Amino acid sequence: MKNKYSIISLIKNSFSYHENWQKAWGDPDPKKEYDVVIVGGGGHGLATAYYLAKKHDMKNIAVVEKGWIGGGNTGRNTTIIRSNYLWDASAGLYDHALKIWENLSQELNYNVMFSQRGVMNLAHNLQDVRDLKRRTHANRLNGIDAVYLNTEQVKNFCPIINTSPNIRYPVLGGTLQRRAGTARHDAVAWGYARGADEMGVDIIQNCEVKGIKRSGDGVEGIETTKGFIKTKKIGVVAAGHSSVIANMAGLKLPLESKPLQALVSEPVKPIIDTVVMSNAVHAYVSQSDKGELVIGAGTDDYVSYSQKGSHEIVEGTLNAILELYPIFSRMRMLRQWGGIVDICPDASPIISKTPIKGLYFNCGWGTGGFKATPGSGDLFAHTIANDEPHKLNAAFNLNRFVSGDLVDEHGAAAVAH
Amino acid sequence: MFLIHCPYCGEREQSEFKAGGEAHIVRPKQPTELSDDQWAEYLFMRKNIKGVQFERWVHTHGCRKWFNMVRDTSNDEIKAIYKMGEKPPTKYK
Amino acid sequence: MTNNLRVKSSKFIDETYKISFKFNNKTYYGYKGDTLASALLANNIHLVGRSFKYHRPRGIMTAGSEEPNAIVQLHKNTSRTEPNVRATEVEIYEGLEASSQNCWPSVNFDLGGINNFLSPVLPAGFYYKTFMWPASFWGKYEYFIRKSAGLGKSPTEPDPDIYEHKYIHCDVLVIGAGISGIIAAKTSAKNGFKTLLIDEKPHLGGSTIYQNSDHFKINNQISSSWLEKEINEIKKIDNLKIKTRTSVAAFHGYNFLLARENLTDHLPLHQRDEKVRHRLLKIRTKKVICATGSLERPLVFNNNDRPGILLSSAIEKYSNLFGVACGQKNVLFTNNDSAYETAISLFQKGINIEAIIDNRENVDSKLVKEIEKNNIKIYKGYTVVNTFGYKRINKISIMQLSKDGQKVVGSKISIDCDCLGMSGGWTPAVHLFTQSGGKLKFRDEDQVFIPDTYPSDQISIGSCNGEFTLDEILSSISKKLKDFLNIKKTEYENLEIQSHFNKTKRNIWLLPSDKIIGKTKPFVDYQNDATAKDIKLALREGFRSIEHVKRYTTTGMGTDQGKLGNMHALGIISETAGSRMGELGTTTFRPPYTPLTFGTIVGRNVGEYFDVSRKTPIHDWHVENKAKFENVGQWKRAWFYPKENEGMHEAVQRESKAARDSAGILDASTLGKIDIQGTDASEFLNRVYTNAWSKLAIGKCRYGLMLNEDGMVYDDGVTTRLDENHYIMTTTTGGAATVLSKLEDYLQTEWPELDVYLTSVTDHYATISVCGPNSKKIISKVIPNLDLSDEKFPHMSFKNTKIDKVTCRVMRISFTGEQSYEINIQANYGKSVWDKCMQAGKEFNITPYGTETMHLLRAEKGFIIVGQDTDATMTPIDLQMDWIVSKKKYDFIGKRSLYRSDTIRDDRKQLIGLVTENPKEVLEEGAQIVLDANKSPVEMLGHVTSSYYSPNLKKSIALGVVKGGKNMMGQKLIIPMENKQINVTVTDPVFLDKENKRLNA
Repeated sequence: MKNKYSIISLIKNSFSYHENWQKAWGDPDPKKEYDVVIVGGGGHGLATAYYLAKKHDMKNIAVVEKGWIGGGNTGRNTTIIRSNYLWDASAGLYDHALKIWENLSQELNYNVMFSQRGVMNLAHNLQDVRDLKRRTHANRLNGIDAVYLNTEQVKNFCPIINTSPNIRYPVLGGTLQRRAGTARHDAVAWGYARGADEMGVDIIQNCEVKGIKRSGDGVEGIETTKGFIKTKKIGVVAAGHSSVIANMAGLKLPLESKPLQALVSEPVKPIIDTVVMSNAVHAYVSQSDKGELVIGAGTDDYVSYSQKGSHEIVEGTLNAILELYPIFSRMRMLRQWGGIVDICPDASPIISKTPIKGLYFNCGWGTGGFKATPGSGDLFAHTIANDEPHKLNAAFNLNRFVSGDLVDEHGAAAVAH
Repeated sequence: MFLIHCPYCGEREQSEFKAGGEAHIVRPKQPTELSDDQWAEYLFMRKNIKGVQFERWVHTHGCRKWFNMVRDTSNDEIKAIYKMGEKPPTKYK
Repeated sequence: MTNNLRVKSSKFIDETYKISFKFNNKTYYGYKGDTLASALLANNIHLVGRSFKYHRPRGIMTAGSEEPNAIVQLHKNTSRTEPNVRATEVEIYEGLEASSQNCWPSVNFDLGGINNFLSPVLPAGFYYKTFMWPASFWGKYEYFIRKSAGLGKSPTEPDPDIYEHKYIHCDVLVIGAGISGIIAAKTSAKNGFKTLLIDEKPHLGGSTIYQNSDHFKINNQISSSWLEKEINEIKKIDNLKIKTRTSVAAFHGYNFLLARENLTDHLPLHQRDEKVRHRLLKIRTKKVICATGSLERPLVFNNNDRPGILLSSAIEKYSNLFGVACGQKNVLFTNNDSAYETAISLFQKGINIEAIIDNRENVDSKLVKEIEKNNIKIYKGYTVVNTFGYKRINKISIMQLSKDGQKVVGSKISIDCDCLGMSGGWTPAVHLFTQSGGKLKFRDEDQVFIPDTYPSDQISIGSCNGEFTLDEILSSISKKLKDFLNIKKTEYENLEIQSHFNKTKRNIWLLPSDKIIGKTKPFVDYQNDATAKDIKLALREGFRSIEHVKRYTTTGMGTDQGKLGNMHALGIISETAGSRMGELGTTTFRPPYTPLTFGTIVGRNVGEYFDVSRKTPIHDWHVENKAKFENVGQWKRAWFYPKENEGMHEAVQRESKAARDSAGILDASTLGKIDIQGTDASEFLNRVYTNAWSKLAIGKCRYGLMLNEDGMVYDDGVTTRLDENHYIMTTTTGGAATVLSKLEDYLQTEWPELDVYLTSVTDHYATISVCGPNSKKIISKVIPNLDLSDEKFPHMSFKNTKIDKVTCRVMRISFTGEQSYEINIQANYGKSVWDKCMQAGKEFNITPYGTETMHLLRAEKGFIIVGQDTDATMTPIDLQMDWIVSKKKYDFIGKRSLYRSDTIRDDRKQLIGLVTENPKEVLEEGAQIVLDANKSPVEMLGHVTSSYYSPNLKKSIALGVVKGGKNMMGQKLIIPMENKQINVTVTDPVFLDKENKRLNA
């Protein structure tokens, strides 16, 4: 059993100068064989392992991670969580996740700081208004708490937005989902890792997958930098590197990996207490508990694994930020960084079996995967354990690219989600 | 920001260009004879290589010409540029 | 104690120019040349701010951009306020007002200071472990956490300053104007390279320029004098541009760099109006020479953060450059010779030094001897174990280090002091080098990371390359520059150098204390209050990678980006985990090097310049006639023209009725226009549109639908055959650019064999559409020579003609269902032809209408708008436009996708018309459509895409998409709104004039 985290345990440990805290997770060498190996130790991969152990009674599980857990897109995103998606399938998926978020800190005994400060999406032209209204109506009928706001209501909810009708692209309205918000990204990976570790999952860091060994129509194991690991089931949750792993198994995916950038300002006292997303002018902003403005930029249009994007993307984003928040002009950019996002043609993810038996992929989250972390892990675990998708992820299969039954979230979801 | 040598205009800032994805995916001559699977392969499936990739770019804010580029996607190093219709440089195959 | 700590005058300070400024509402004086930090120190003020987590009192620690503690808010409660400004970087000006941050009610008495006493229960990551019960309380906990976090305050008013961008292209960029940078810039420029030299400071020469000791000489001159001559020379070189007060923020690939040139921040406020504040330099250079210098390391020991504790080099700089003593009882604490340089400087100026504590046991370099000669006490082999004094250091205790440096031995000695300088050796400033993709290597002997492999055409020279002494730098620089610039010789080949600096260093990342570590506070990251014990806790809890430890403890995440502490964090990790330093890697240095104002990055792209506004040639007329505008892409389109007290509804009803009753006029200039020429033009259109084009007669027009390769509707418009091999295609307003690039893509890459040329002519023509039963009469007045008879000029045809002497094209095409003529004329005649039409139409009450009326009129006819009635999931079959999909054509873009298993389903969403039970009730666009609103979960069949009250039909009409809608004519459906349900019936989408009689009426 792990120490339980609480204020009591903090006080207790302060008497021994915090010398007696246990490891949050171990550092095991890989075993020869596992029932399931999850490739990718980000939030989604760790959550998958956690739910495999917790809900599907599997114990012999490994998560292999090339670098350090949570070091990819989990630790690089702007942490927006919402479920106000247009299509039924998406709404089902993301709201499933949102419901888990609501009790995740308690479930994991790890404060993931899920903060339901609301997410507002702004409309800047008449088609935006139609699209957002359409989405709000669909959300309401799907039981998702979205409301449409007029310009004045937008201003009331977030007074620092420039709602003047005289700006280049005035705010014509918006939607608000109050249950939506943000969470502490690192804590999600660490909380799931600690929870999975407690149930016996081996979390193996600095272990890069070099090959997938096939046998007949199935898989036999993976070659890694720490040796061969035998397994009949491989769940790949490698985000930007999904295609790299797929290629090892002779599979092609409908993905392109592109640079996505984000930045934070220097920390200041609270100035914006909600999340505001503007698709039309490409500006996404919230303020972290530390006080930094967290700003999401867009993707570049070329494939890159370099974790760097071009300056124009950042410049364009800040142009939009100052258009909507002229008061931020004298704020300073403290840090900018890039991640590699795997983008599907329909801007929806893949949580699916593949033509290869025992090989499963969870990918294509593009710019918006963080919000789905708990739901994605839960549904992927279900799919791996039962060799069948859950009804909530059935639509997110690989075959949709053949049949044409896409879940196109371009129009109604913000471009960068 | 890359510096791209447009084969028609010379060296220009990346901001003048747009990327057009993987190169040398030839549009099937007889699409109606393909199965749904084969058509999906053309339409959506991509190599998405980490490493040396052949891709298409267009000089949008310049001569509007499309051309091919060989680029290492792991560090964004441009290895070669050649015109549409020209044979890809063999040393990167 | 005196409050004026000015010592012997410095030539960098103009004591004849007194400047008054306010700090925490009290007025002080400084001199021109002072920074806020030096001026405060001269007034004997060390306490400047409070730390982030524990609210510990903090003072000025450095003299540069690495400052973690002395950050202030400038000009509180004004539009020019600015949070988190480093006092060490602000040059004072008359009227400067600065105040402490993150403290309440004041920096002297801060209630947040209680956190310091709670610190035993607030170790690294404590918030991950608590605030979880009860679950519903997180919002409340968070409210207080957020309030206590943050540093300064965001401005709350728009910025009065202006910013701009400038592109610079050069051969060689030299970053840093210290001695290495000066030599490099001069050599580069003298060899004909177009050179740019940049330094963040207001003056050139780095730290050598205020070096006053005769222990460091070049060609027998004191190094500063030698350098001064060099500086005077380079100022005269033509092809060398020098930019001071300019800091390089980012070093991207392909030698693309961003730098911020600071133009007005040092001026009094009243001199700043109308001037550019910052200029963002976008530099593309062939070669880069990094001469970014190095940063002195602090030492990590218990309570190493008190006001009055500074870097030793900062004390030297304050004394030599600013003529300010940081204290009257100074103690220096060091593990290398640097502090002795400081000591000698202080001694020369008559500033008292109480003692020097040196980690090293056996030191006898020339510098040390000189200090000993002057009877300054040196404690060799000692370390500081604690410091005292809450708001200003007043005492330290020291103990002897054990042989292995892991423990302290012997008895404690107390030394009174009011200033403690520390030197832990030097860290090369490799930030920009690593940003560019450069890889580092670790040098064991002095525990530094230095550049190893360069990703672009660049080198690092001087102390950023790990050459810390004058002789090291000068003995190698000539060869380096020759190799890098590919030149034969330099003027620095045979310098005579005298440098007395012993490189021995005793590096101990975490100095031992007589207390157990749990009871100490050895700070690693000052701003974020991360201590060595936090790092050890993280390791104990299983965090292994440097990135994990950094994130868990927040080390290096402050506004100084860990410039001082990151190396110690790495060192402590490697010592604790028993791994080798070089193998751990480093944390990533992310751009920018120093924080960059948003305004600087944005430049002039604010307000009306945020985005291009495209306006039609008739725009001014619309403005004069009180049109309301809507944004369509970048275009400004007239939306409706309200008269007197009309709202949008009244205006649109009036416009719509007028257009059908008599005549309406629309400015359609924004529609995309692509000129298509070539012998294969018809074949090309066959391939890009769903319908057939080969047989279209010259002079005829045809509506076309364009798909994406996935089969979904992409764009539409009318294309006219002007000649055998010449067409003019129109596209939607928003789609013009993307359609052209898509067509070019296919043409150049898939079908290069086709002889076709595409030219965008959208802006070349003004397009004026006159519609309604009287349109023919109006056009005949405007163009009297044109035969408008239905036989000679039938619907869907075009004529080349002239208005006065100006050639124009007239198309008889209709998006309203009315008889309609579209005049396309060279853009600069647009306004006059519009006026002519208005004049000619006066007797017919010709009514200008905007996009809203256009939308209404076309909806009455069931015409779709791509993007409004379609959403990238609609095929032409879904739109019930099977008629436009050629069955005969072998192929066209998107054809194959129409036959996939999902796209051939019958129950896809299909376009239908909707009428409401109550004809007055207008549906909301975007509303969902269901069959049974009581079913749970409710099944959504589709949604309303377009909806209007039709003044011509006198009822509400709507278009929508509904699953299986094609076979639902007459079906009753429900629109479930938030507070009511609206009953509707499915109808044909064509509401008016199904027989198209009006086209020829």
